[in-house]
Amino acid sequence: MTAGKRKTGLVFFPAFDWAISPTHPEREERLLYTQDQVFEEGLLDLGNIFEFKPGIATKEDVERVHICVPDVERVTTESHMISAGGAITAADKVMSGEVDNAFALVRPPGHHAMRIVHGARGFCNINIEAVMIEHIRRKYGRRRIAIVDTDCHHGDGTQDIFWHDPDTLFLSIHQDGRTLYPGSGFPEEFGGPNAVGMTVNIPLPPQTSEEGFLYVLDHLILPILDDFKPDLVINSAGQDNHYTDPITDMQFTAQGYARLNDRLSPDIAVLEGGYSVETALPYINVGIILAMAGLDYSQVREPDYDPERIRQSADTTRYIERLSEGILGLWKRREEQKQKIRRDSEFIRRRRSVYYDTDHISEEQTEEVRVCDDCGGLVTIDSTANYTTRIFAVVVPGGSCPACRRKGEEIYGSRSRGDGPYQHIYFQDRDRDLYLVK
Amino acid sequence: MILGIDVGGTHTDAVLLNGRFEVVASAKVLTNPENLIVSFREATSRILNGGDLKQLERIVLSTTMSTNAIVQNRVDRVGMILAGGPGLAPETLRINEDTRFISGYVSHRGLEAAGTDEREVRDAADSLKKKGIRHLGIVGKFSTRNPGLEQRIGDLVEGDFEHLSFGHRMSGNLNYPRRIATTYLNAAIWRVYNRFVEDILRFTAEIGTTAPVYILKADGGTSEISQSAKYPVGTILSGPAASIMGILSLTAGKEDAVALDIGGTTTDIALFADGVPLLEPFGVTIEGRKTLVRGLQTRSIGVAGDSRVRWEQGELRIGPEREGPAMAFGGPFPTPTDAMIVLGLTKIGDREKAVAAMDLLGGEANASPGETARIVFEKTCGLIADAVREILDEINNKPVYTIHEMLEGKIIEPKVLYVVGGPAEAMAPRLGELLGCRPGLPKHAEVANAVGAALARTTTEITLLADTEKKILTIVEEGIRQDIPGRFSRDDALFICREKLLERALKMGAREEDLIMEIIEDQEFNMVRGFYTTGKNIRIKAQIKPGLISPRKDGGTPS
Ligand SMILES: [Zn+2]
Ligand SMILES: [Zn+2]
Repeated sequence: MTAGKRKTGLVFFPAFDWAISPTHPEREERLLYTQDQVFEEGLLDLGNIFEFKPGIATKEDVERVHICVPDVERVTTESHMISAGGAITAADKVMSGEVDNAFALVRPPGHHAMRIVHGARGFCNINIEAVMIEHIRRKYGRRRIAIVDTDCHHGDGTQDIFWHDPDTLFLSIHQDGRTLYPGSGFPEEFGGPNAVGMTVNIPLPPQTSEEGFLYVLDHLILPILDDFKPDLVINSAGQDNHYTDPITDMQFTAQGYARLNDRLSPDIAVLEGGYSVETALPYINVGIILAMAGLDYSQVREPDYDPERIRQSADTTRYIERLSEGILGLWKRREEQKQKIRRDSEFIRRRRSVYYDTDHISEEQTEEVRVCDDCGGLVTIDSTANYTTRIFAVVVPGGSCPACRRKGEEIYGSRSRGDGPYQHIYFQDRDRDLYLVK
Repeated sequence: MILGIDVGGTHTDAVLLNGRFEVVASAKVLTNPENLIVSFREATSRILNGGDLKQLERIVLSTTMSTNAIVQNRVDRVGMILAGGPGLAPETLRINEDTRFISGYVSHRGLEAAGTDEREVRDAADSLKKKGIRHLGIVGKFSTRNPGLEQRIGDLVEGDFEHLSFGHRMSGNLNYPRRIATTYLNAAIWRVYNRFVEDILRFTAEIGTTAPVYILKADGGTSEISQSAKYPVGTILSGPAASIMGILSLTAGKEDAVALDIGGTTTDIALFADGVPLLEPFGVTIEGRKTLVRGLQTRSIGVAGDSRVRWEQGELRIGPEREGPAMAFGGPFPTPTDAMIVLGLTKIGDREKAVAAMDLLGGEANASPGETARIVFEKTCGLIADAVREILDEINNKPVYTIHEMLEGKIIEPKVLYVVGGPAEAMAPRLGELLGCRPGLPKHAEVANAVGAALARTTTEITLLADTEKKILTIVEEGIRQDIPGRFSRDDALFICREKLLERALKMGAREEDLIMEIIEDQEFNMVRGFYTTGKNIRIKAQIKPGLISPRKDGGTPS
């Protein structure tokens, strides 16, 4: 058998004994047929694809990213810690040079989990890519990282976590938020005042096909990545753009996913959504694994694949061309944009409501960021869930400047639980790996 | 009485065991590689007399016959017809120039995603026949989920070839490339193995015994020999399996353990979990070919008694090559055996020559022969211990797919170290220290393989898949595909699985008292359309695990 071009690590954890509920899309057999296909194709015998057992993420790994209310134990189960642990294992194998790239084929997913976690939203409790990224930075040093989220849903959780981070570029292609959960992810969402342009949203019209996805990749994503020059590229590899996915309305294919992955060439891919468990996932995953390993994926396709049936309309093509041009322009003018947003403010505030559809929780949030040219800026968050649980969080960013840290310590020191409306006050300092609660 | 015979690469050993499983006679003769029957006859004649013959209950044989046929390429030319559909590029799967790819394939759900083209099948068969090929392998992707397509191809070419090997009969496990390799090997050794079986049966008839004859398979279990002739590929690596079963038979341990067979060129490592030898998770590898053949897990490293020892860039290197015997036995280069002789750990060979060997080696490093011997011995034991730790680490970190296994999975922590082979006595104490295990030296180790073969029980495995949405049940190893009612349950599946396993084992010659069944996979998944459960996907795998036969009730207990 031919040895491929690259050594690829595979962390496969289907969690066959875990489901949100018996008929929920996020249920036991979600990766069963993928396992069947990967095993039957004999991918693990090809000589350059290596399977690794996932590690289990620790409470500290989660607290480096999230503020879990009231604590990590109460908003996660073992399955989440193994899923995040799987992503960490994939990253460690790449960072240590044991493999050239790696794919964490794990569940449950994480890209809808935001910084503050009161419960589950969009089937996600903790953001497994974000936990992985902060682990990488903790263990291997600060890195410029680009996340390309190819899940059909907007990765609003990942966007929230890295909104103010000038060293993390978050690019999301997804079905237009006007037609799909979570209803966000428009080009105007372009990063916080200290990280303008570090969030790039590309909402595609329903029924976009291979042609449209690959156009966006070649004409928008790859040029932006060329500008940003990341140390690492991470693919949030959701697979729900497939033409057979039951909860979305796109027309992407296994062959398309493989080509996208081949051209994007991510260092680490992490599975996100994808709920066409029988007719899409087995083929998409075989395609992605072969592409990552530098092997011939040209013969991978679904049994019912018919390019004519899923071709996108000419209108869609034109729309996508114009959209790409517009967003690329926005990216090029990101500095001007930054001045406009900041003016002379010292702090910039945003208020928003977050709905946790999986756990039926409504959250009201006020977030303030210190405008800073030297780091991502100190962030404070006042969050109330279901009008009852109210917390306050002080987040000192990774790579913090002394001024932002001093300010953060001051604010945390000046508040005490009990003399205000807060049940808990949290302090998170990524550089010192410090997490305090009072 | 039981007659156990191990036809090894160098020696053929025979043992005769009484009802208490005690060795009452044993013999060792040189193996005649040209004609294994000669060795068989010679070893047997030394320990069997007329009286014993009548009392013989069974004859069990372990042999390198299939392995050697493959290693020495004494195999038949095989045509392969493959029906794989999309996936890996077909050229990656080509096994030889006589491989033909045809359209038609089965999906992971066992549905025929595309049918076969009769014309294409006929053309492929004709072109192979024209080349004088008489053995054909027919393999489809996911044929373990639905053997129908392979069977139809078989019907189309029936009568055109001397023998057809079907992929779905090789194993219930998934892995199309391995299925291809396994089917190929099965077809390639089919004729030579069948001839061997005829020879053995002729021989036993000749000496006048009617005792059933068994062969030891790669998984450390036995099969009645004419049954084994249908799937000869199962008998590859019978030799290493005999060695592991031998250690098991001589120790009868129930703990986690390591077994080392330290030879001249290699040391073979095997592991036991609660006294049961571990199986390869997917199948054994032979001559670099990964197969689906169920087999005991062994690892071989090139560090052993006669490994060549030398200094290389300030590093002591041991093996992996063997250039001859130890210098103490007139060999060309220093070896670990020489070191053990100098250290007084063994009394074999010419001590003066051993000292000279260490002197020669130490000369470059300015050490006395005694010091050099100490360093060589330490390094040899260290390398073997490292290899054991590495394998343990690999096995204990084997990927698992459920949260339960992730949190509660069995961790193998060996308490005992069994060592057999030439340097066993000299090395066992130090190896035990290094691995934190109690060292054990099995008695009768010199004929361990033959004893292991004699006492191995019949093993087998079956895989049941039930799809209650499609209302179909498949037991692929038996070629079964039948309708089931929509309300078919996991309990029904377990019942049928046990029943079929029993039938299969009895057909293979198992004794009633050794039918110790074990469910090794037991999964049930809901199949959901929209938000409604439309059926269940039930997957059960059952086995009779490798182990020793139990003594007859009237035969007393083993001592
Ligand atoms: Zn999604
Ligand atoms: Zn700052």
